[in-house]
Amino acid sequence: MKRDQKVDVTRLIAGALAIVAFSIVVLVVMPYVLTERTPGSDKPAAYTDAQAKGRAVYIANGCVYCHSQQPRDPSIAPDGQRGWGRPSVPDDYVHDRPHLLGTMRTGPDLFNIAVRQPSRDWHLGHLYQPRAYSPGSTMPAFPFLFAERHGALQSGDIEILLPPGVAPAGVRIVAREEAKRLVDYLLALDHSYPVDPSVRRRRIR
Amino acid sequence: MSYTIVLLVVTFVASLGGLLLFIWSMSKGLFGSADAASRVIFGAKEVGLIEEPAARTAEDQDDLQETMNRTGHTGEFSILSPEEADERTQQDESGRWPVLLSIGFAVLWLVLASIFGLIASIKLHVPDWLTGEAWLTFGRIRPAHLNAVAYGWCSLAAFGVALWLMPRLLRTPLVGGKTAAVGALLWGLGVTAGITAILTGHSAGLEWLEFPWQCDVPMVIGGTMMGVALLRTLRNRRVEHLYVSVWYIAAGLIWLPILLSVANWPGLHFGVQQAAMNWWYGHNVLGLWFTPIGLAAIYYFIPKVLGKPIHSYNLSLIGFWTLAFFYSQVGGHHLIGGPVPGWLISLSIVQSMMMIVPVTAVAINQHRTSWGHLGALRHSPTLRFVVFGGMMYTLASVQGSIESLRMVNTVTHFTHYTVAHAHLGLYGFFSMVMFGAIYFMLPRVLDWEWPSARLISAHFWLVIGGFTIYFVGLSTGGWLQGLAMLDAARPFMDSVNITKPYLLVRTIGGTLMTLGHLVFAVHVGMMLTRRGGQRSGATLLRHRAGTPVSSPVIAGGAA
Repeated sequence: MKRDQKVDVTRLIAGALAIVAFSIVVLVVMPYVLTERTPGSDKPAAYTDAQAKGRAVYIANGCVYCHSQQPRDPSIAPDGQRGWGRPSVPDDYVHDRPHLLGTMRTGPDLFNIAVRQPSRDWHLGHLYQPRAYSPGSTMPAFPFLFAERHGALQSGDIEILLPPGVAPAGVRIVAREEAKRLVDYLLALDHSYPVDPSVRRRRIR
Repeated sequence: MSYTIVLLVVTFVASLGGLLLFIWSMSKGLFGSADAASRVIFGAKEVGLIEEPAARTAEDQDDLQETMNRTGHTGEFSILSPEEADERTQQDESGRWPVLLSIGFAVLWLVLASIFGLIASIKLHVPDWLTGEAWLTFGRIRPAHLNAVAYGWCSLAAFGVALWLMPRLLRTPLVGGKTAAVGALLWGLGVTAGITAILTGHSAGLEWLEFPWQCDVPMVIGGTMMGVALLRTLRNRRVEHLYVSVWYIAAGLIWLPILLSVANWPGLHFGVQQAAMNWWYGHNVLGLWFTPIGLAAIYYFIPKVLGKPIHSYNLSLIGFWTLAFFYSQVGGHHLIGGPVPGWLISLSIVQSMMMIVPVTAVAINQHRTSWGHLGALRHSPTLRFVVFGGMMYTLASVQGSIESLRMVNTVTHFTHYTVAHAHLGLYGFFSMVMFGAIYFMLPRVLDWEWPSARLISAHFWLVIGGFTIYFVGLSTGGWLQGLAMLDAARPFMDSVNITKPYLLVRTIGGTLMTLGHLVFAVHVGMMLTRRGGQRSGATLLRHRAGTPVSSPVIAGGAA
């Protein structure tokens, strides 16, 4: 009986380890080995310093909880028809640490937001008060990314051009550093460059 | 093309082959002893005797025993001897400090997490509420809610239950109680630091892995310390058979530090591979950590309260190994339609469907054990929570399998439907089972009775009512949201507008759940400070006899 008991525990520990090792190989190591970069591709470009800072603001304020960055294939969903862009491929994400693929679409996909909405002013105003630009939107307003000026503007201030009535009367709204960088990042979200169709085929299959 | 299919077939055959090997080796060692193994949680002649410390009065205890005598008595002796009662009392109190630390902090996190969740829920239909402060923005409060639930409430409750159950299951006092207590503190410290990091804008940015890796270090060390204490207790065991709950708990404790270490390793993961890793982790922390602990509790408490061995012990072991094999590979279904290799997703869908095997094993076992004794639910708070949790486990798993199918996933992916599903698993199943377990444990750990039966009832009905409203409302809203998004003729804003009334319903359900948690927290606080009126002593562990006298005899002296 004593020996049987030992066997039981050994079996339990060995089995538990084998199983988790197997799943690591299949779901972590194999994607690691198999998603190598297509040689010679210079797209997408690496993030500039400003864009990388903006990406950090995107992460810190949890934009990923409502916005995906992964347009799907037309055979699955009408993402292309909504203007969200071609289906994404692994190469599109080579500079992404951490990845921001997202799991929710409480708001629209942002992988090509710079193509749909290239206006810096629109983005700044929309971050200050989304409902002034997109009625019915449930996106939070981000007033803490902005500062209020009660008198003259200071040097370097970028005043936000808001629709009338959005800002308190007599107050001018200027973008803080975080808001400017965040918009730098959003305007970098342009993945409309063509990709090697064979890469796409491999992905879909 | 052929390469993908070969890969898929190879992995599938490998997992099936390994599974068969395990079942075969188990059955070799277990034929004939299955009955003995299922009785290892009872004293020598205890079968037939109920044990329910949360049924407060002597009448409740009698009613519960009467129900079992009427519906399922085996004609056995049903006696807990003074020696056995003494030993069990020792085991129950051996892990007092680590158990109380874990459970105490878990309940605090439950309250905080509920408040975070409620704020996040309201913000989705009142988006201009509390926008002035960065730390209160939706994108910080929501991950604070998830992490406080997963690592604060659920994980600490899991540690508490594991630390308390193992000595009972192995019939030996906990070895290394101090190590475990320090481990619980380290874990709590890591969680506190991690939540603070999220709220101050230092999230690592991956769902389920938001804590910066520096906060994960004390958690991995603390978790390992608690695991080491339990594995040392395992080596010290005084039982001939390992009960199935021991399998689940031990495996869960081995898996957790591995999952945390691989997933949080700094600088290793990026891009699409990181997304695959993200969901390997996201689903394995559910499948290889919370689910094993939850099932261990179900497999212990239902038979123990009823005084009736589990229906089929071998079936429970098949359930264990199939769960481990299949669940560990389902994560990829979170990336259906995404830019990841097709084989990875196909594999995950196949394994998601295979999950029906272990789920059926648990369902059959649970229902065959408790069926016919449903009257016992009236008298046993533990059983009410645990049986409800078990039913939600079946429901959540079947729903999850169906949700992984491409045609269903196309609708539900990226919607609130998934959020509702996650709550069915982690709340409907896991949290409910933990509530039941805590109601059973604390009287034994503290040698003190729950001050109020009414508060237990209030907790139960508030969370059941609130959760039902939450789940039905959000699932409906999420499904409609998905349909609207798939229809290219409708503007995207339709999918936003259609969810608004359902998000309000979710807030109403969430409010009731939060109220229930406040009632629970107050009650646990009263328990820890030993408040409460008269004590009948009926629920404290003394040696008892169930038959032929139909009511348990309280004989003083022991314990």
